[in-house]
Amino acid sequence: MPVIKVDGKDYEVAEGGNLLESCLGLGLDLPYFCWHPAMGSIGACRQCAVVQYQNEEDTRGRIVMACMTPVTDGAIFDLSGERASGFRQTVVESLMVDHPHDCPVCAEGGECHLQDMTVMTGHRDRHYRGTKKTYRNQYLGPLIHHEMNRCITCYRCTRFYRDYAGGTDLAALAAHDHVYFGRHREGTLESPFAGNLVEVCPTGVFTDKSLVHDYTRKWDLQSAPSVCTSCGVGCNTLPGERYGRLKRIHNRYNPAVNGYFLCDRGRFGGTHVNAESRIDFPAQRDSEGRFQALTDEACARALRDRLQGKRLAGIGSPRAGAEANLLLQRLVGAENYASGMADDEHALMQRALAHLVNSTAHNPSLREIESADAVLLLGEDLTHTAARTALALRQAVRNEAHRLAEELRLAPWQDAAIRNLAQDRRSPLHVVCAGSTDLDDIAAGHYRLVAADQARLASDIAAIIRGEARSDGAAARIAADLLAAERPLVLSGPGAGSAALLDGAAAIAEALVAAGKAAMLSFTAAECNSMGQALLCRDSHIALAALASTDAEVLIILENDLLRRLPMASVEALRARIPTWIGIDCLENDTLARCDLVLPAAAFTETEATYINQEGRAQRAFPTHPPAEARRPAWRWLLDLARAAGDRTLSGIGHFDDIGVTLAGEDPLLQGIASAAPDHSFRSRGLKIPRQPHRYSGRTAMRADVSVHEPRQTDDADSALAFSMEGSATTDRPGALLSYVWSPGWNSNQSLHKFQSEIGGALRGEGSGLRLLDSLAVAAATPAPLPEAFSRREQEWLLQARHHLFGSDELSRLGSGIEALTGRAAIYLHPEDASRLGLEAGDGAVIAGAALEVRLDPSQVPGSAGFSTGYPETLALRSGEWVNIDVASDWQRQPELIGSDRGAAS
Amino acid sequence: MLRSLISQLRTLGTVLQHSFTRAETVEYPEQKPYLAPRYRGRIVLTRDPDGDERCVACNLCAVACPVDCIALQQGVREDGRWYPEFFRINFSRCIMCGMCEEACPTAAIQLTPDFEMCEYDRQSMVYEKEHLLIDGTGKYHDYNFYRVSGLKIFGKDKGEALNEEPPVDVKSLLP
Repeated sequence: MPVIKVDGKDYEVAEGGNLLESCLGLGLDLPYFCWHPAMGSIGACRQCAVVQYQNEEDTRGRIVMACMTPVTDGAIFDLSGERASGFRQTVVESLMVDHPHDCPVCAEGGECHLQDMTVMTGHRDRHYRGTKKTYRNQYLGPLIHHEMNRCITCYRCTRFYRDYAGGTDLAALAAHDHVYFGRHREGTLESPFAGNLVEVCPTGVFTDKSLVHDYTRKWDLQSAPSVCTSCGVGCNTLPGERYGRLKRIHNRYNPAVNGYFLCDRGRFGGTHVNAESRIDFPAQRDSEGRFQALTDEACARALRDRLQGKRLAGIGSPRAGAEANLLLQRLVGAENYASGMADDEHALMQRALAHLVNSTAHNPSLREIESADAVLLLGEDLTHTAARTALALRQAVRNEAHRLAEELRLAPWQDAAIRNLAQDRRSPLHVVCAGSTDLDDIAAGHYRLVAADQARLASDIAAIIRGEARSDGAAARIAADLLAAERPLVLSGPGAGSAALLDGAAAIAEALVAAGKAAMLSFTAAECNSMGQALLCRDSHIALAALASTDAEVLIILENDLLRRLPMASVEALRARIPTWIGIDCLENDTLARCDLVLPAAAFTETEATYINQEGRAQRAFPTHPPAEARRPAWRWLLDLARAAGDRTLSGIGHFDDIGVTLAGEDPLLQGIASAAPDHSFRSRGLKIPRQPHRYSGRTAMRADVSVHEPRQTDDADSALAFSMEGSATTDRPGALLSYVWSPGWNSNQSLHKFQSEIGGALRGEGSGLRLLDSLAVAAATPAPLPEAFSRREQEWLLQARHHLFGSDELSRLGSGIEALTGRAAIYLHPEDASRLGLEAGDGAVIAGAALEVRLDPSQVPGSAGFSTGYPETLALRSGEWVNIDVASDWQRQPELIGSDRGAAS
Repeated sequence: MLRSLISQLRTLGTVLQHSFTRAETVEYPEQKPYLAPRYRGRIVLTRDPDGDERCVACNLCAVACPVDCIALQQGVREDGRWYPEFFRINFSRCIMCGMCEEACPTAAIQLTPDFEMCEYDRQSMVYEKEHLLIDGTGKYHDYNFYRVSGLKIFGKDKGEALNEEPPVDVKSLLP
């Protein structure tokens, strides 16, 4: 390893890095703006200047940019000398010349990298007496607020938005010192990763719009390590709370999963926990059908009356944590317990699980997905079903660029040079999907097929790779690309609703392994704990459709809206069959409205839970704040239910941690869940880990309007975290307990490097969840029959689900700002099909009783119809069904927005 | 040994000496001591020269407060100004140190010399914005934060603040 001399001291540093990341890794403070650990260096901002000397005799040296300087053995640098620090001070002063005087009214203040760097360089007095340049802001949609005056032209925003995330509608515009970062005209930012600009921008040009309108400074936010519940990827998040409201969600670094970035559904969808429709008190339906709130004693009595000596059945939930589901399963018995997924989805997840466990191909983490050098994506519109994985694929196609760079011995952080070198050369990505996808722009080939044909194509590709068949069509091209790669990845999922497709994906991966490739096989999961439910029910469960034929007297429904899983008629039949329904959930829904007893559950920011992501990684989420009113975590309600039912097997459970430990036995799954994070007895240097930063303000005034006598802080007996600012907040606390990132002098999220053992690498405290599938045994899936090839029918259309990042997920669609982006549920038709039906874009069509807006899409396979899945209007529609399409008679076309409408929306 | 004995005796002597000197304390409240005109007492929230509240809810006072007795929540008015939806100070905790005044970037918080705030009920020591806001500019008559700041509000467009050029025409290629 090279040894460099910085300020007269010798340091051993990692090979191949640049001086900036080496210095930061050594714990030396060197200011910078444009460099980003995930995006490399371009040397644009001139802030990380240091003096480099030729040799020991050289006394003059020369100023170099640390981020563009490779570390070589014996190099001599001066970091803190007068010349280097003086230069850096002038750079900041020139950046501040036009900075508006608005830190007090800026949502970045207090976690601003520009503030930190200005203080770090020592610039204080303004010498410039001229006037300041100003800009007009743009409306960038309901999620992001734009304040262009604050810009320091570091180009990080466009480098992230265009180069890293593949967006096209944000650019550096205008000329010379008028350079402007925005859209060619006002409008919502199109990229589903636009929210990351909030964290990528070193100052306050891009800020979180909902936070700007209900603002709290970073030092006042109480936060705890959490896991995003909006899809099955399991990104790590840091929700911030103040006064009982969720204010914002920031990224929590996990090197194996989400790294530095989140998608907008995860970042902005979480504010559904602030919704008006939250349930605060347990309630019982009276004889007139109205709900009456219950006191604690009345609730306990009502539970005893309804549960004692009764036969129970339970429906779990893929959006509830593993522990709550486990308790319900034990309470009602595995043979009376349904996973809560729709029966077809449940079967698909079981199949995906069986393939992942039994395949000889590697089941990759998101980080490993980024290392694939050829990708076949089967049947998933990934940007809408697992957006963060789509962002990982955008990095995977750059492996060709990195290979070219390696040939020229270019370091991987030489971002601009590598992009220049590679131009449009990418590693191959083949997308097989029912319609166009947002990854088509980087795809080597895209194939628009309905699910049945996708499965047939997959089976052809597998046969070609095995050498059993020949063809010169699409299958051969895809097979050739996969065989030419070293680490090919096959990615599929339940989104297309086809079992044969999953089998096909697994067969391709298997064939690639047999051909000597380090092949990877991955499946997406629809919800945050879908894989957990597939694991929990891997031996036995009852199908939702079979519940109506049991003799259960009480049905317990855990955080699940059955109308999203079952047709209305089946729900009504079940309701008529089972006399008592008890529902546990956080937000009002139509299933709770049918229950006899409703128990208010804590939302994901208020409860501890372990979620198992699509990779089979168990990750623990901790409550950000204690639940208000009579809300309680679902696992606590279930313990109450067990007590009321007279179940003694669960009586030994006091702490949250006990659930896994008590019930685990020999089961490797449950043992894994129990050890996903340090337990409640963990202490860092003898102390708990605080949720509040050390400068949390207002403790003696926040609640003074109610009573001037301050209550004691809520105890958290269930975790090693404290609802307090006191404790041990060291930079080496376990990754699973990383409640906030802050380091002296580094108030922004750039302080993260202080928590890493190397830049962009593992956290110093370790811990990025626990992979469960490597140690489990699951029976292999019986192959599904290959479906008939698709042939269109005269008067019927084949339904194909279309997922929408904003709208298809049950809870995130209620997030503030997101409700404005979900739009109406739509039906997608090929223009020729639409004209045959006499429909135009914007017209209404009736499908199985649902009136939907018609959108024309040339990528839709003729004879099929795509529909927005997961919308309240489309819950009755199922992918793969044949339907009639009628013209809606009394349809109101959506009025076109005019300029003045937007003011109300922003 | 001898040295500590001398020390003890000197202490006794000093105490004895003080029995014959004049008392520094006064019979408050009948007798009032002299207070400097800028004596640090209770805070007020002031208004800018245009009569709008100066506080922009930046939270700097709250974070500067050593006893954490200030709590507030920011809101955005229709005209674009940030303001405190509530601004609460618990005077039963306040030590009148003046750190909040020093931290305030808009000269909204100003200390008054009034410190006589005795109450029988501690709850009455909790002051809300309505109790704190006065109808004047206090010590700083001319300062108006939004005239200096680059943020656009109703009645003050981009480029109209102090020392600002008119907004850049991003479509122009002229030098």
